[in-house]
Amino acid sequence: MVAEPHVQIEGLTLSYGPRAVVKNVTLSAPRNGILGIVGPAGSGKSSMLTCLNRTIELTPGASYTGTVRLDGQDVRSLEASDLRRRVAMVLPLPVGLPMSVYDNVAFAPRLAGVRRKTELDEIVERCITQAALWDEVKDRLDMLGTRLSGGQQQRLTLARALSTDPEVLCLDEFSIAIDPVTTMRIEAVLTELKERMTIVLVTNLLMQARRIADVTAFMLNGELIEAGPTGDLFVFARDKRTNDYLAGKFG
Amino acid sequence: MADPIARRRPPRYTRYVEWVIEGLIRVCGLSAIVFILAIFVFIGKEGIGFLGTHIVGMLSSTDWNPTSTPPAFGLIALLVGTFWCVGLSLLISVPVGLASAVYLSEFAGDSRREGLKIVVELLAAIPSVVWGFIGVMILNPLLQKAGAPVGLNGLNGAIVLALMTLPLLVSLGEDALRAVPESYRQAAIAMGATKWEMVWRVLLPAARRGLLVAVLLGVGRCVGETMAVLMVTGHAARIPHSIYDPVRTLTATIAAELGEAVRGGEHYQALFALGILLFFVTFVVNLIADAAVRARKTQ
Repeated sequence: MVAEPHVQIEGLTLSYGPRAVVKNVTLSAPRNGILGIVGPAGSGKSSMLTCLNRTIELTPGASYTGTVRLDGQDVRSLEASDLRRRVAMVLPLPVGLPMSVYDNVAFAPRLAGVRRKTELDEIVERCITQAALWDEVKDRLDMLGTRLSGGQQQRLTLARALSTDPEVLCLDEFSIAIDPVTTMRIEAVLTELKERMTIVLVTNLLMQARRIADVTAFMLNGELIEAGPTGDLFVFARDKRTNDYLAGKFG
Repeated sequence: MADPIARRRPPRYTRYVEWVIEGLIRVCGLSAIVFILAIFVFIGKEGIGFLGTHIVGMLSSTDWNPTSTPPAFGLIALLVGTFWCVGLSLLISVPVGLASAVYLSEFAGDSRREGLKIVVELLAAIPSVVWGFIGVMILNPLLQKAGAPVGLNGLNGAIVLALMTLPLLVSLGEDALRAVPESYRQAAIAMGATKWEMVWRVLLPAARRGLLVAVLLGVGRCVGETMAVLMVTGHAARIPHSIYDPVRTLTATIAAELGEAVRGGEHYQALFALGILLFFVTFVVNLIADAAVRARKTQ
């Protein structure tokens, strides 16, 4: 896949207090592709992800240098809430907001000023359908979102993330709390979604990256060891540490 | 080699210690129930007979004049006075208290929050008679300047009550807000909500039961408060028509008149009947608060 990068991370260094958890990472996500980021726990993957929509700024004591560009524009020059509508985030553990299934998905559109019921209905149905959840919840849209099962809640958060029609969809280990079948369904959804958006997928499952990522990056102790087209990286990684990790020798 | 820990038996005396501690805890728990029952019996014994024979007259008249001949025991004005003060004070304390709670929990930095919480708790430690002083010495002339014919009136009482319930509202409200999982905040913010939108659309709905409990406990405090309202409300047993009218509450009536009532006489019994009523009102408020807490747990 050759396309101009949609999201570009340049020389990103991120610290919590004196402790640097991401060290001078330069990485880009191709437009309409899936960028997989793999690496053992504590390698800085999730922290890096929070820089993309600047939720990192909510963590006390965190600071970062370097630049994240969205379509060539420094994300720090954008209004934070505008940025977060364009760069959606799905967190590891599903967080159903304490409101109905419908309101969960209608939350962001309402904030953006959508008031017409028909328009909201249309968005809610489209997003929940995209998240492969519609058939299971279409008869109980007014139920509390937090009463759904774990896997359903995770798809609900995915539907919610899609509700703003984001350009970039970030997923942080989305499959950590859900079963393999649901995981596979969401993976299938993601490969469809990349037609319309760029996806950044942080994952602990090497096979997940191998299955769906177009480009895979390997991080270790805050450093980007190497990145490349997924097929190449998994077959002949240049760096020994990458090879060892992908072969299951550590991590 | 010694036995593995799992195969050893604790010394026999631990069983007796266990038994004694369990017994003590049980006695402490039961004593709370015993005290409540004892209070109920005490107040009930003195007042229930009077309440039984005079209830219709008490609830159908606004004329409270227990020392005239014949005595009048209409308590509508007192009841209205109580709820008048409580209602007015809630109009002040609920918005201010909840706003402060939101500020403390969401907008203040850690050090500022800790500092402010100490101040709020200090506010809670001020004795009610001192609040009475403040009402008489400061609010009284201020209200007169603002156009009230008398500075000691229902509004004065409401302001004093509001100041007294604020610490309760702020600290319980803040607890309720902080009990909302951090992940809700993050999720809302990550969806592009501004901080205020997050507070309004996610945090307050999520914490609403806890906030309701805070308000209800505040109501209970207001209804039962005696000394400060006795000093600042003007103590006139009339139905108020304006916020500047003086009022009189149930509690203030008991406090002011019990000392001069003949023990066992009609007046004395009437005051105990007021006590029963007051007990009943606070009991109902507490029941509602309790039901709200339960509903919150099972949610």
